[in-house]
Amino acid sequence: MKRLTLQENTVSALTDPPKREHWDLILEPKVAVFDLQLREVWRYRDLLWLFVRRDFVAQYRQTVLGFLWHVIQPLLTTLMFLLVFGRIANIPTDGVEPALLFYMAGITVWNYFSTCLTGTSTVFVTNAAIFGKVYFPRLVLPLSVALSNIIRFGIQFALLLGFMIYFAFNGHPIHISWSWLGIPLLVVLMAGLALGLGIIISAMTTKYRDLAVLMTFAIQLAMYATPVAYPLSFLKHRSYIWIININPMTSIVEAFRYILFGKGTFDLSALAYSLGFAIVSLIIGIVIFNKVEKTFMDTV
Amino acid sequence: MGETVIRVENIAKQYRLGITGTGSLAHDLNRWWHTIRGNEDPYLRIGDVNDRTKSGTSDYVWALQDISFDVKRGEVLGIVGRNGAGKSTLLKILSRTTAPSRGKVKIRGRIASLLEVGTGFHPELSGRDNIFLNGSILGMTAREIRRKFDEIVDFAGVERYIDTPVKRYSSGMYVRLAFAVAAHLEPEILVVDEVLAVGDVEFQNKCLGKMREVSTREGRTVLFVSHNMAAVNTLCDKAILLKYGRLTTMGTATDIVSHYMNDLKQEVPLMYHAPESKSGAAIVFDKVFVSNANGTPVGEYALEEQVSINLEISNRSWNRDFSIGISINDTNERRVLIDQKLITCSADDKRIQCRISLPPALLTPNTYTIDLAIEKIGAEVMDFLKNAIKFEILKTNTKYEYLSYDYGLINKACSWEVQPHRV
Repeated sequence: MKRLTLQENTVSALTDPPKREHWDLILEPKVAVFDLQLREVWRYRDLLWLFVRRDFVAQYRQTVLGFLWHVIQPLLTTLMFLLVFGRIANIPTDGVEPALLFYMAGITVWNYFSTCLTGTSTVFVTNAAIFGKVYFPRLVLPLSVALSNIIRFGIQFALLLGFMIYFAFNGHPIHISWSWLGIPLLVVLMAGLALGLGIIISAMTTKYRDLAVLMTFAIQLAMYATPVAYPLSFLKHRSYIWIININPMTSIVEAFRYILFGKGTFDLSALAYSLGFAIVSLIIGIVIFNKVEKTFMDTV
Repeated sequence: MGETVIRVENIAKQYRLGITGTGSLAHDLNRWWHTIRGNEDPYLRIGDVNDRTKSGTSDYVWALQDISFDVKRGEVLGIVGRNGAGKSTLLKILSRTTAPSRGKVKIRGRIASLLEVGTGFHPELSGRDNIFLNGSILGMTAREIRRKFDEIVDFAGVERYIDTPVKRYSSGMYVRLAFAVAAHLEPEILVVDEVLAVGDVEFQNKCLGKMREVSTREGRTVLFVSHNMAAVNTLCDKAILLKYGRLTTMGTATDIVSHYMNDLKQEVPLMYHAPESKSGAAIVFDKVFVSNANGTPVGEYALEEQVSINLEISNRSWNRDFSIGISINDTNERRVLIDQKLITCSADDKRIQCRISLPPALLTPNTYTIDLAIEKIGAEVMDFLKNAIKFEILKTNTKYEYLSYDYGLINKACSWEVQPHRV
């Protein structure tokens, strides 16, 4: 058999007629800054759904209460808030009656944001084993986190609705209006915010783990800088209210409660600020993500 | 052969050694400073050739450098090289888990990689769920998986357990299921790492059979990395040989395999002397060589000739009891025999000489390498030599001279009873 050497190979490449070459895929060091390869993500949509399913199904496997844990956790947190902030600290609830609904609404919204953010910010490190062995659009995983948490949000929201209906029979009628249609928009806004921030953090934690250490308690602290356990109106005229106001989650939590109960602060300009914040962090996230995506396996 | 489906152009890959910390942060900042001023990455210019046995001067190494080759449709290309030659890095780049530092890879058609079976298997999920999950990770759509589901379950032979979490599976079932999914992948280009190294012989043969089927019957392109030269030889048409991150030769699989073997053999000396670095150690092999019946060091032996292995050990410790182990391996890294001996010496004996004679006319013609170890009884290994020396048994003037490549291991004649019948 004829021996094929390197030189011959290069020569044949040179002497091939110069036709227009079509390649399906070109792997190279640098990438376009904004190329998200959404078409490829779409091709892998089945995988996206399976990851959502995996997260959801595997979480409470081999537990007796199983699915009920999705309900128990927010319920217990609500009761704890009711006791600590409502009864002990005596913080008002913007006139939302009964106070239980006030806390539960705040927790439902905050839970979605915080679980999304923790989920996406650790997504590279926790899935390094899969990433190192096989290629699929990396964006699928953070997206699956945002999606599976929407399901959890749905469950907690249903729980909240259940309580609202229960209290409706006990003299606290529900105000259903067109504004309820704004709830999905708020969820999308939060998803964007959590994805953007989460991706930035996860891209940075692949090489330097410092941020991952910070994250675990930063999220807990951030909750206290968000009007979850207290209404924004309670802090009016305080000197440090600016801390609460620059928090993009503030207007979202307030808007959510305003939509549900008709009480609280509804500030369009603050919401616009949150939207702007989400868009900017998403853009930065995408740019960093694209830079890190291809080589993070070497540094993780 | 058909059109080119993979074209690799001057691929290079650089890694940073050491741990990530403040030092690497400083480098990152410097690199960033260079890029915003439009300069080239300063660290891409430096770096040592990746020989992991020698300590280098730079924090950066080139795991791959100047790799270029083409693969045509339907070809099975073997990627051969010693550990650390850059095979896995090349596979990682081709399977898109990491990007090259320089150069380009152009690909035509769908590419799937099989660097591991069962990637993404979740222990809590049932076999059914895992088939779907693993299949999608490998690039199949849900529809494709549904279409092939029964086939996969059948191939794996786990029908009864399909709704049980895979953590309850036996390891054999687990691997079979994982491979079954991978085997039903239908990419145009398949990149396979040493998946064959896991599992029992039956499973390995199944894998090899499936790969052969994929390439010959279905005309797909396969890139195959392996240490198993026999597998490369039978499976691949062509092969490339990597050495310290560079592509040294490219050609037919048979040529490359023999080239690689020769390379390996040449690097093993006929006589071993302890290097300077070991001069302070407590117990070491000072000198190792193979000799004939007269005690003369010789590298080549006739089939019936006496082969003896001579050791000189120096003992600077207080220990008097040792165990010496020897292993003789053939060119395929197949272990032919092992033996060990307890030796006892008095406190004043600083040097020990050993002569190990092989049973007469035992081995078939081949090149053999010898591993040696010496240890304190029941304690740590004091000295270990891998491929310390080699010797060759010649096939000239023997019954093997006109036979094919592999002669097996043992040079013994069987007793034959032949009874011709006329009916």
